[in-house]
Parts: sequence; structure tokens; C-alpha cells
Amino acid sequence: MDSSRLGRVFSVAILVALLTAACGPTSSSSGGKHLDVIATWSGDEQKSFLAMVKPWEDQTGNKVDFESSRDVNALLTTRIQAGNPPDLAGLPGPGQMAQFAKAGKLVSLDSAVDMNAMNSQYGQNWVKLGTVNGKLVGIFIKASIKGLIYYDPKTITAAGVDFSSPPKTWDDMVAAYTTIRQKTNKTPWCIGVESGAASGWPGTDWVKDFFLRQAGPTKYEAWGAGQEPWNSPEMKTAWQSFGAVVNNPNLTYGGKNYVLSTNFGTAFDPMFQNPPGCYLHHQASFITSFFTHDFPSLQPNTDFNFFGFPDINSQYTGAQVVAGDLFGMFKDSAAARSLIKYLTTPDAQKIWVKRGGAISPNKQVTLDNYTDDQSKKAAQLLLAANPPEFDAGDLQDNALQTAFFGGIVQYIQNPSQLDSILNHLEQLRTSGA
Amino acid sequence: MNLDWIPYLIGAVVGVPVVLVLYILGTDWVIRRLPDDLQPRARPWLWVGPALILVTGFLIYPTIATAWISLLSKDGTRFVGLSNFAQVLSDNSVLIAIRNNIYWLVFYTGLVLVFGVILAVMADRVPYEGPVKSLIFMPMAISFVAAGVIWRFMFSFQPPGAPQTGTLNAVWTSIFQQQPIAWLIDHRINNFALIFAAVWIWTGFAMVIISAALKGIPPELTEAARVDGATELQVFFRITVPLLAPTLTVIGTTLVIFALKAFDIVYVMTGGLYDTDVMARRMYGEMFNNLNFGTSAAIAMILLLAVIPVLVFNLRRFQVQEAIR
Repeated sequence: MDSSRLGRVFSVAILVALLTAACGPTSSSSGGKHLDVIATWSGDEQKSFLAMVKPWEDQTGNKVDFESSRDVNALLTTRIQAGNPPDLAGLPGPGQMAQFAKAGKLVSLDSAVDMNAMNSQYGQNWVKLGTVNGKLVGIFIKASIKGLIYYDPKTITAAGVDFSSPPKTWDDMVAAYTTIRQKTNKTPWCIGVESGAASGWPGTDWVKDFFLRQAGPTKYEAWGAGQEPWNSPEMKTAWQSFGAVVNNPNLTYGGKNYVLSTNFGTAFDPMFQNPPGCYLHHQASFITSFFTHDFPSLQPNTDFNFFGFPDINSQYTGAQVVAGDLFGMFKDSAAARSLIKYLTTPDAQKIWVKRGGAISPNKQVTLDNYTDDQSKKAAQLLLAANPPEFDAGDLQDNALQTAFFGGIVQYIQNPSQLDSILNHLEQLRTSGA
Repeated sequence: MNLDWIPYLIGAVVGVPVVLVLYILGTDWVIRRLPDDLQPRARPWLWVGPALILVTGFLIYPTIATAWISLLSKDGTRFVGLSNFAQVLSDNSVLIAIRNNIYWLVFYTGLVLVFGVILAVMADRVPYEGPVKSLIFMPMAISFVAAGVIWRFMFSFQPPGAPQTGTLNAVWTSIFQQQPIAWLIDHRINNFALIFAAVWIWTGFAMVIISAALKGIPPELTEAARVDGATELQVFFRITVPLLAPTLTVIGTTLVIFALKAFDIVYVMTGGLYDTDVMARRMYGEMFNNLNFGTSAAIAMILLLAVIPVLVFNLRRFQVQEAIR
């Protein structure tokens, strides 16, 4: 190659490179900012969330780019490690929120939201749960009541049980499901704990319900704060109370194989089949949107109804496990602040409430916003809860919560291992995992 | 529609070749200006330079960093020596994961090879070889994740009496009149159910390669054996298999590495629950569920140590082959 030809090749190459640079990306001209938002919601829940942010998008001209993932934890960890967190994200729970906050990954929301409005519109517990080291880092955009017991009013009467006045105590409950068993020779309960990487969590809800009502709110709060041993007799009793139902193939549809292999979102299916395979289903209030997804003709009240988990120790009457969906900000921007603020307002939360499947933690979303009796009843339960205790599992850090989920699976698979499961959990707690 | 990506695309399509050309011309320019006796020595280094930088950045550095992290505490702030390894290796669930990896190693590798050989030999003898091989090869086009989802449906379980939605249980209950089996839950069979899904994907690949090797065996050899009175089985075991041995080793070592890094199928189908966990899934769990970087890196190092003998074996074999040539 002689030098003049080399020179020509060079100049062409440089020209091309310059052209490429010249037509490089220009800043988007529409003016609106795109916010990257990650949460677990998919399907109907995702639609409801998008409906909720729509008025904000219309008003501000910004846009929410929503990404749904069942494994939000992994996604958030990866993206934070990579220095590319989303603007906002639905956090898996207060435990993980605290971990992110302590690592300095979450932006304080104290100046983003109207703290006066927060304090007056939300119950004190909700604000407290979103606060780490005195700074608000998470807001609840919806809540759910845990541990509701669902039934089909049409089949339950045929099974010889009258729930027009719901069971007051767990003993009443035992009497009711024993009657169902004797009268129909079918399994009273439908339980399914499969949920991908989080398999087991529906079982943890049972344990929490038992523990709160057997050991009382003080111990329950200590448990949530990581100060209660996992291998205490009270804890063991709570697991065994759950085991008395789930490990008895006469009481639980399909036995352990069905429980372990069936997704929580379809576990109730046999309840609505004809003839029914089971009569009772224990789940949080969000489950109704799964009911109507699988069986679109189902109507609340006529086809399914619920009551709260009955009391056990009369000392602790009224205690109730609640949970909620937290939202946090990973990247500070005016648009992200404005969206967070908007999401805390009653106007925003009314949208999801009216679409069904959500209870608002905001007290200004009054009962008349709930379009159906069932959500209204759940919202009433939330207001009446005394005290409302947050999901103790969600308060644990990742490792412990995953181990709690896995422990449930192991327990259902092999009930005789209960002691070693609890000892393992206790070991995780004390090692400060 | 958002068209922001178009300039990036143009940049990539045009820019990458331009950079390449510039690098080639640039190195040439540098080399020609070096003293004559240095030129032949500098040239190879300048040519492999970019590759070396990439290998260092993407392989060597991460390996060393992982080894270092495996000696640190959970949050990476304290040096804890080998205690992550002690913790991992004394954890019963990790031991189960190691046991399962051994299952994968033996049964996945073994079954793929056995099925591959059998199918290749049988396909060799029928006139419709092409279509059959295409059909069996087809699962290779499916990702492990998709295959996991498909096989979850195949293995799906419903209680006795309920309509079976899973193909296997439907056949099992209706044709054989047996109780349905919880394929993915029952710890006596679930590992094999997972391994089988992986075997299904890779058998076609093994078959195609073995089939090609089979065609390379001179027919005179087998014919001579037959003329000498060898039975078909004798011909197969005494002639065909020994001649296939180099091919089988290549596939075998590839499969062994695959078995050690098995992840997707387990993650999708059972999430590592019900005693089906494997080391790679566990490593992911420690990292992303438990945020425990130390133990996760320790598991990564254990896997690395397990793979090294296979790598050494492979390299030795390459050298032997080179020597023969």
C-alpha cells in the first residue's frame, strides 16, 4: 500500500467517524421524562398501576416505563450493583427496604412528599414502617389484609356449615371444617404454596396468623424486629397449628403434592369447581382478582365471601396481620419526586381502589370509594384492626425471609424435620445474617 | 415511536468496522517505524493485544476478584479467611446441591451420550435419516428456560381423581391406571425429571455429531468384521465404539462442564426447592436472594475448582491431537 492510498483510506475513515458522531443521539424533543419503574405486578395488577399513574402522565407529560418482574429482588440487586438502578421501584418488603436504605441506595423522601399530609392521612404505623434511621424512604401505595378465609357461600351451606356469623375463635373454625369433612367426605381446605423463587410464602402467612393470635402482639413485634428466637415453644406451636391442617391429607386438597406443586394463584380452583374439591381458602385480600381471572363469572358475595382469621387467645382479640406494597426512589429527579408525591395522594390511590384488588392505607380514601362490599369489608377490617401488625416475614432481611419460605416448603415435605428447620432459622437470626 | 436507538445502530454498524480498520492500519504504521529486528517480535503482541485486554477484563480480572470476594464477609467489608468455605461446605443444603451436581454429571452426561450413540447408529440404517435427525435435533433450538417451562407443563401434577393436565400424568393415569406422580416434588425422582428435560435438549446435538463421526468410519472395516463372522453387537462394540471414542470424549467433556453449571432448568422448574438445588442455582440464591457475596463467591470458586480438571484434560487432549497432526 503506497502512502497516498493509505492517506485516502484514512481520510475516508475519519470522515465516516465524524459523520457517525454528528448524527449521534440528540436529547428527546418531546420534553417529557421517561421514568423507569420496576415492580412485581403483572396482569390485572399491572393494568391497575398503569391506570393509577395515567392522570399523572397526562398532567406532567412524563411517561412511566413499567417493567414487571417476579424476581424483583435479583433485578434490583443487579441493577444497583451495575450503577443503573430504576428511578422508582416497588420494594419487596420493609426488610429489604431497610437494607437498601442502609446501603445508601434509596433517596430520602422527606422533602419529596408532603410530610404533614402523610402524617395526617396515613396511620402512624404505615409512616413508621417506611422510615429508616429517621428518614422516610418508602411509601405504601396500597395495603392488603392478610389471613382472610374465603369460601363459596353456595357450597358451604350444602356442606352443613353456616357462616352468616363467622367463626369467632379457632376452635369454632376447627368445628366448622370438621363438620365439612364429616358431611361431604371431601377435603375442607385448598392450599397452594408454589410461587417460583418465593415458594412457601403462603404458608408463612398461616404461621404469622397463628403466632400473632397465640403469642400476642408484643412477641409478634419482637419477632418482626428479629428479637424473638425461632425455636421458641410459641413459634413451634404456631408451625404445628399450621401443620395440623396442611399435613393432614384428609383436610387439605390433594395432600402435600398438590400443596407444593400448585401456584398460590390457582390453588383455590377446586373450590369453585362442580362438585367442589374443597370449601375454604386462606389468603390475603388481593386474591379476589385471581378468583375472577380464573372464573370470570364469579360474583362477590354470592359466589365468594370471606371473614377474618378467627381469634385464638382471647387476650389478643382483634389483632390482625396486614401488609402493603412499598415504593422507593433510587434515582433523584424532579419527575420521580413528583410521581412519588402523586402516588401518596388519595386521588391516586382511589383509582386502584375503585378498580378492585387494593385497600388504601390512606385514611382519606373513604369506605364509599370501594365499589364492592368485599373490599369495603376488608377496608373496614383494616381500620378496625387492633392492633394492625405488619407482616413479620416482610420485616426480616432477605436471607431470613427466603429461609422462612424455604422452611415452609421443607416442613410440608417432611413435617418431622420441624425442629431442625426452626434451629436453622434461629441460627440465621443469631448469626446476624 | 421512540427512534433514539437508530443513531446508536448506525454508530455500531459503521463505527465498529472503522475502529477495526483504524487499529489495523495504526498497528501497521507503528510496526513499520520500529527497528527491523524488533518488528517480528512486536507484531504478534500488537495483533493479540485487543484480545488479551478483553480476556483480562472479562475473564482473568473477574476470576481474581471472585477469589478475593470469597475471602470477605457477607457485605465485603471484613477479611474472614476461609470461613465462607467452611460455612458452605458444612451446610447440609449445599451438600445436597453437590450431590445433585454429581447426579447431573453422571446421568446427564451418560444419558445424552448413550441416547446420542443409539439414535445415531439407528438413524444411520434407515432411509428417512434426514427427517428423523432434524426432529430429534429440534429441541436444541429451544432455550433452557423455555424447555423448563415446557417440561413443567409436561410434569404437572393434579391430585388423584382430578383431570390430569400434565402430559406424563395423563398418560400414566389413563393408560397405566396408576396414581399420578408428583414428578417435581417427590425427592426420589425429581432430580431425574429435571435431568431428563436437559437430556431431551442435548441428545439431538450429541446425535448429530456422533452421526457425522459414524459416517467417517470406513465401511471396509465393519464389512471386513462381518465377513470374518462378527455379530452386529460385536461390530458395534469392537469396531464402531472404539473408533467413535475421540468424538465421544469431546462431547462428554462438553457435557460435564454443562452439568456442573446447570442452572436454568432447575431455576425455572423447581427454584432449587424439594432437594433439587444445584451449585450454580445456590450461588445465584446466595448472591441475589441472600445478598451474601462472600458465600456466593466461595461457591463460585468451588465450581471453578471442579471444572479445572476437565479443562486440563481437554487441553491435554488438544495437545495430543496437535502432536498427531
